[in-house]
Amino acid sequence: MTRLPVAKTYKLFIGGAFPRSESGRSYEIEGANVALGSRKDVRDAVRTAREAFPKWAGMTAYNRGQVLYRVAEMMEGRRAQFEELVGSQAEVDAAIDTWVWYAGWADKLAQVLGTSNPVAGPYFNFTIPEPTGVAGIVAPEEPPLLGLVERVAPALVGGNAVVVLASERRPLAAITLAEVLATSDVPGGTVNVLTGRKSELCPVLAGHMDVNALDLAGIVGDSTELERLAADNVKRVVRNGDGYSPWHAAAFLELKTVWHPIGV
Amino acid sequence: MTEIDKKQDRSLVPSAFEYAPALESRDLVKLEDRYGLFIGGEFVEPRSGEFHPSVSPSSEEELADVAYGGAEDVDAAVGAARDAFENGWSSWPAGERAKVIYRIARILQERAREFAVLESLDGGKPIRESRDVDLPLAAAHFFYYAGWADKLEYAFPNRTPRPLGVAAQVIPWNFPMLMLAWKVAPALAAGNTVVLKPAETTPLTALLFADVLRQAQVPPGVVNIVTGDGRAGSELVKHPDVDKVAFTGSTEVGKEIQRALAGTKKKLTLELGGKAANVIFDDAPLDQAVEGIVNGIYFNQGHVCCAGSRLLVQESIYDQTIQKLKRRMSNLRVGDPLDKNTDIGAINSKAQLERIQELVRSGEEEGADVFQPECRLPEKGWWFAPTVFTNVAQSYRIAQEEIFGPVLSVLTFRTPDEAVEKANNTPYGLAAGVWTEKGSRILSMAQRLRAGVVWANTYNRFDPTSPFGGYKESGFGREGGLHGLEAYVRFD
Amino acid sequence: MAQAPALPHGFELPLLPRLPKIGSVDQVAIEERAATLAKRSIKRESKLFALELAVRMTDLTTLEGSDTPGKVAALASKAIRPDPVDPTIPSVAAVCVYPNLVPHALERVKDTGVKVASVATAFPSGQSPTDIKVEDARRAAELGAHEIDMVIDRGAFLSGNYAKVYDEVRQVKEAIGGAHLKVILETGELGTYDNVRRASLLAIAGGADFVKTSTGKINPAATLPVTLVMLEAVRDVFEETGKRIGVKPAGGIRRAKQAVQYLVVVNETLGPEWLTPDLFRFGASSLLNDLLLQIRKEKTGRYQSPDYFTLD
Repeated sequence: MTRLPVAKTYKLFIGGAFPRSESGRSYEIEGANVALGSRKDVRDAVRTAREAFPKWAGMTAYNRGQVLYRVAEMMEGRRAQFEELVGSQAEVDAAIDTWVWYAGWADKLAQVLGTSNPVAGPYFNFTIPEPTGVAGIVAPEEPPLLGLVERVAPALVGGNAVVVLASERRPLAAITLAEVLATSDVPGGTVNVLTGRKSELCPVLAGHMDVNALDLAGIVGDSTELERLAADNVKRVVRNGDGYSPWHAAAFLELKTVWHPIGV
Repeated sequence: MTEIDKKQDRSLVPSAFEYAPALESRDLVKLEDRYGLFIGGEFVEPRSGEFHPSVSPSSEEELADVAYGGAEDVDAAVGAARDAFENGWSSWPAGERAKVIYRIARILQERAREFAVLESLDGGKPIRESRDVDLPLAAAHFFYYAGWADKLEYAFPNRTPRPLGVAAQVIPWNFPMLMLAWKVAPALAAGNTVVLKPAETTPLTALLFADVLRQAQVPPGVVNIVTGDGRAGSELVKHPDVDKVAFTGSTEVGKEIQRALAGTKKKLTLELGGKAANVIFDDAPLDQAVEGIVNGIYFNQGHVCCAGSRLLVQESIYDQTIQKLKRRMSNLRVGDPLDKNTDIGAINSKAQLERIQELVRSGEEEGADVFQPECRLPEKGWWFAPTVFTNVAQSYRIAQEEIFGPVLSVLTFRTPDEAVEKANNTPYGLAAGVWTEKGSRILSMAQRLRAGVVWANTYNRFDPTSPFGGYKESGFGREGGLHGLEAYVRFD
Repeated sequence: MAQAPALPHGFELPLLPRLPKIGSVDQVAIEERAATLAKRSIKRESKLFALELAVRMTDLTTLEGSDTPGKVAALASKAIRPDPVDPTIPSVAAVCVYPNLVPHALERVKDTGVKVASVATAFPSGQSPTDIKVEDARRAAELGAHEIDMVIDRGAFLSGNYAKVYDEVRQVKEAIGGAHLKVILETGELGTYDNVRRASLLAIAGGADFVKTSTGKINPAATLPVTLVMLEAVRDVFEETGKRIGVKPAGGIRRAKQAVQYLVVVNETLGPEWLTPDLFRFGASSLLNDLLLQIRKEKTGRYQSPDYFTLD
């Protein structure tokens, strides 16, 4: 008799832990039961993201870079599991290398995006980027792993906390990634992963008054209504971005300019 | 006033607590009896046939025999570097190059304690510094530059950066591993290959670094290490097949190198000596400023190019400052570098000790007042107690020449203008310190001080993201930060 | 130094030649200095000396609404004889209680050398009219307390009314006769190290014999950097005037290791003359048992269990 494998339960990832949906619902997809997230799960995720934000933003850029590099290390160690889920070695390679690429940006964004400005007066004037706060991200349906990583890493590297809605049709890679995040020294609540129906969850995220930025690259078709909802608290809305650039990271950063007189 | 006692044996400052020797264990470090040169990915016998022991300055113990490379060895090393450059390294995908450098950073983090102990053993600096400053920064430098390897186009808008080729890098004995990291990391990130010449008195951590290269699977010939003395360094910088020379060391040797490279196409950066002014205004947070002065000149026994070796104190707070300074100096512990309680370690070599002694004698002879706290110095090894000279005139040798030891010269000023004038009145221009509560004054002083690094309300802070380098005879070129990449690329 | 005129409205101490300049404190530097001092490693023999010194410096404290004569009796017994098993362990410096409990404490510690300290001046908030606060202190002294731990008016301080703060310290000092005065700054409410330094110098100018960090009722209570700031202020007063003032960190010191770190900081900042209960105290309760645990560990070489030490 062949041995019975112990099947994994795929739950949500909120606040560094793996709770079921508060609604108790699930849906069958990719051969497993996956949590069907509810509006209250979105509420909970945003709340923990907000709580986690000061800690993540307060870490030195060097530390954040180290953490993102650690994510790559952990993923590399579990690549077989990811390859099985997404069916592509190339996608897993690219996802790991994307984490490495963004890890290297953590302590360089300020140098490329910030400036010292030669104002016409006896003032020292500088501009620095700062994280905007909590970013809501709708991950693309495909590719299920790389698509999510390419949208989450740039938001994260600048110090934002993230709530991401995974691919609806292929969510398992996202939850497996959450397991990697949970073991990579990423502070709990910094990244939260929700699974479920995008049609149900996106409006909640887009309309949430405590979310500062919204990445809608994962919406196929018309996102007008979501963009309208986002306007209620003037969210920064990201529609495109090339997923592989410091200016993509900049979409989630505010710029602060400081003046100070120069004199004896 | 205490005279400098040649025997240097005095009783301990009375203290209610005796600090236990909190010795970091030497067992971590496995030393070979003998080291060859690291060329083409392996250790080879020096064609010069010459070996000399590397000595621990705190005990005069011979630690290991180290090869002294000659002209042929340098030639072999440059050849290996050229080979590695042409046949692979420069055409590796940048992202893969980045990952190799990240590995170096991670391995250095894992083996940090081992390296810190060896650094203190071979060089004499306190374990607290090598453990808390040198090694973490060295690893961080590799980490930082690894991240640039595949992002160079963002560092130079509108230009296509390319590697130069073979970089010849000569480093000093005051921060051996950190200087290695400052040189090797950006060179590799930009796609160059390297021939490194560590300082004569501190070769061991560089030789241990060869093992990190092995563990990180850096291709053979990408980093080559030729130990030896000034002769090897000279051969290296003059070698015709070297594209870039980077030197950190004395101004005197820096000038020689610059002369030797005249008329060649080699790119050059120099990081030389300094005689930094640490300026304290009357509104400075005084206890913290005193801490900053102490850190500025006694950190690493004053073997720091950017050491705050001239204290410029505003006359209105002179008495109070000097009194606090002397009191603070009395708490400094000079002793075994491997003891975690030690603040000031050994002087790196007998030659350096003699130089310090000569300059200090000159200070006394020229008429300055000297103070040293009571200090029991160990029998063996080379040691110098922390020293401060007051009543110093700008023209005294101790105010003009770089002593490179734990010796501070104090001068006074009345106004910010006078402070700037005195601070700038030197052929050097590496660093300066400003202590004041007033923001606008910080910025005004920073604007007017002719120094490559200005520290305000702090001193001796380093970071891989922060460019470091000098004005005037303190050298040219910057290490660290985005600007540190420029020295290692060319543009099509 | 006691005869200072009324303070002008802005915060400048009168320009008496023998008061130290107020100046400022750099946060990053002071925290770093405290952290470096905390890493000092002291010899075993010195450690035992330090631990027993810490016991002698403890003000064993109970300041609860629910305190009763019974509770204070037990506390006092512990204060006199901290470790029933080891009679060589010295008594603590004092017990610290609310005014109502002073007579009961006095009864218990009579003829033992242990002092009774009482909090006063509408402890912990200090938010009562001045005359009530002064009367509170006077009564506590009349009841027999050897030491009075008063609080400064933080509301007055933070709204810039430094003259009021100074004046209340002065009045309390006068009202308590010969009793020894500790002035609690409540550093956790002051917001910056600059303010801690200012408040320390203000309290000392008003007549404090000791400056104390906290009431122990809010967080943060005592920290190493805050205590270092106060020690540096005390050092400056000593340099200017020759007068020695004591320092008492209170609240949040639970482990013997922390206590030893504080003693190292005192040793390196002020020197061995300050290492006496006359000039340094710990305001603590659970610290005492940890000190006893560590002392026994040093003496026997074995790690101990709290089961073997009485709660009170």
